[in-house]
Amino acid sequence: MRKADAGMIDSVPHAGAPVRGLRPNAFLDALPRGRLAENVMHFVRILRAAGLPAGPAKVLDALAAVDAIGLDNRDDFRAALAAVLVSRREHQPVFEQAFALFWRNPRLLERMLAALLPKVEGRAGAPEELPARLAQAMLPPAPGPRETGDEETELDAAFSFSAREVLQRKDFASMTSEELAQVKTLLRAMRLPLPRVRVRRTAAAPRGHAIDLRATLRRSVGAGGALTPLRFRARRRRPPPLCVLCDISGSMDRYARMLLHFLHAVTNDRHRVHVLTFGTRLTNITRHLRHRDVDVALSRVAEAVEDWAGGTRIGRCLHEFNFRWSRRLLGQNAVVLLISDGLDADAGDGLAFEAERLSKSCARLVWLNPLLRYAGFEARPAGIRAILPHVDDFLPVHNLETLTDLAHALARPSARDAALALRA
Amino acid sequence: MIDVDDERGLAHPPATVDATLDLLGRQNYVADRRLATAVFLALKLSRPLFLEGEAGVGKTEIAKVLAAGLSRPLVRLQCYEGLDTAAAVYEWNYPRQMIEIRLAEAAGNVERGELAHDIFTTRFLLRRPLLQALSPEDGATPVLLIDELDRADEPFEAYLLEVLSDYQVTIPELGTIRAATPPVVVITSNRTREIHDAIKRRCLYHWVDYPDAARELAIVRRKCPGVPESLAREIVAFTQRLRTLDLFKSPGVAETLDWAEALVALDCMTLDPQTVADTLGALLKYQDDVGAITPEVAARLVREAQDA
Repeated sequence: MRKADAGMIDSVPHAGAPVRGLRPNAFLDALPRGRLAENVMHFVRILRAAGLPAGPAKVLDALAAVDAIGLDNRDDFRAALAAVLVSRREHQPVFEQAFALFWRNPRLLERMLAALLPKVEGRAGAPEELPARLAQAMLPPAPGPRETGDEETELDAAFSFSAREVLQRKDFASMTSEELAQVKTLLRAMRLPLPRVRVRRTAAAPRGHAIDLRATLRRSVGAGGALTPLRFRARRRRPPPLCVLCDISGSMDRYARMLLHFLHAVTNDRHRVHVLTFGTRLTNITRHLRHRDVDVALSRVAEAVEDWAGGTRIGRCLHEFNFRWSRRLLGQNAVVLLISDGLDADAGDGLAFEAERLSKSCARLVWLNPLLRYAGFEARPAGIRAILPHVDDFLPVHNLETLTDLAHALARPSARDAALALRA
Repeated sequence: MIDVDDERGLAHPPATVDATLDLLGRQNYVADRRLATAVFLALKLSRPLFLEGEAGVGKTEIAKVLAAGLSRPLVRLQCYEGLDTAAAVYEWNYPRQMIEIRLAEAAGNVERGELAHDIFTTRFLLRRPLLQALSPEDGATPVLLIDELDRADEPFEAYLLEVLSDYQVTIPELGTIRAATPPVVVITSNRTREIHDAIKRRCLYHWVDYPDAARELAIVRRKCPGVPESLAREIVAFTQRLRTLDLFKSPGVAETLDWAEALVALDCMTLDPQTVADTLGALLKYQDDVGAITPEVAARLVREAQDA
């Protein structure tokens, strides 16, 4: 049995395939001979693609560990790899699943891949029990153009151009489940670059305004006390804090579920992002969204949020936000994204007051409203009329295209900033 | 009774929670037992004390009281956005260094290595609060107050993490400076943003809440001895009721004390709605909140306070 196991490990289908992205170099030469080394390397690459922080050095560590433990006992082998490759508790399940798929039975992996491939071509869906992220990591990368994955909103090469166009413009609410699945993966890759604001911390800069005495003097001493050119510092720039208030009431359900994928990506992209949901009550879901695995993160959000697809009391929720959270989250020129259709069960009662307070406690209030998809949209409902005078930007958010435009819209200075600049 | 270390005149830290309460009480700080326990543990375990709470509940005061009670110097670092090592830890005295270089040049014996060595000595070092706390000049281990940490930015927080875990700072030109005995560290935050868990993990955490009526009354008595007993009761009952209302910023203890002083200055012997309306600015600092206390509400609260 032991021998057979080892043999199986040797015959994993990827064994002979060249490892993409790694040039054959001294590092490869240093590896032990045989297919096991390549398999371990491929396994590490899969884990890395699945989000585990396993760098190339881990391959050597893993091989050393396997070398020390031998291939006699499957459990020991797994434990040895886990000891080297897992460094956080939440990565353990991903590792276990990847290990089971990769090392147990090469036929299974083959079937897995076969089951996954049609997904790209638009036939069957992926097996449900497997985390989507891991499933993607298991997919062999397609040759050629897919490698240029730098562009944030770039689509898979598997989509035809026209399909991509349709997907970009299509309303989230009218998508089929297949299209939704495709769009979700696109949303996960999106980012929200906010224009950087100047902060009070300084950094060395060739054309700064303040003289960097420390650096100047050090140069001067190095030159034996002779006069040297002055060194300068300038104030640094960094993205402002972002606070997202996402409406998850019944009328927003379809959009909110999609946008959470986008918000997960944004939350994990950088610091100082906070996400709260509201319907009839306010829930801070930032900590849940911080989980790196989008599937786990969203299931935790679903557990934490108790008022999914219920009614909306925007005024009351904004009041709670102003009262309990705004002073904690809106410091240092925060930007607030309010995602809501503005349809309020309380017919805008007290909403104008709270919207004004919210607007005054942040640097920029951006309202994303999926109702703006209708060409003839008019601000009729009381809730919308109450909020509208206090927002800096009023933008649509119902398909991929509008989300992409959002970044451009936010890159422009807000009306408030423009007015300030004019006065100054 | 507290033993006094005769060499430096420093008091030993209290041996029990009761002794801690006692120590704070002698400095006119009326603490509840939970806070006293946190302070006791912070002293006993030499861990920083992290105090969070609304503005005006006496967070900063703890550090001042501890310093006075333990006869130690207080070193205060007020945080603000952009706080950097030059303002928080140390800075070189550049003008003096430049003069030193010129003098060396004038004397005609410029030897680069030696000059660089001479320029970067403690003689030219300006010690900022963190360095002062780690290597006090007179040898007395101070109380270090890091006030309103939420105002500083994350990079400073990360730096502080290093200081708090090892009680040492590194100056590239001089080397590592380590505290002989770790200072008593008190960190306060108003929660204008969340402090990273890593900082909190190293500290003993205590949420400083508004005091209950009995304790607030004791505080008013201690801090404003000029207030008549009956008025003090009314003042406390009124502010306690005010805190149950849906206000944007409830009055803290500091506001209660300000208000008591204001009423005494106005020769007020008992609360009445008109005086309340006139002096509300001492208690409430938001126009919306002042507006919410209409004459009717004020009259009702005064009545309730006097009946209590």
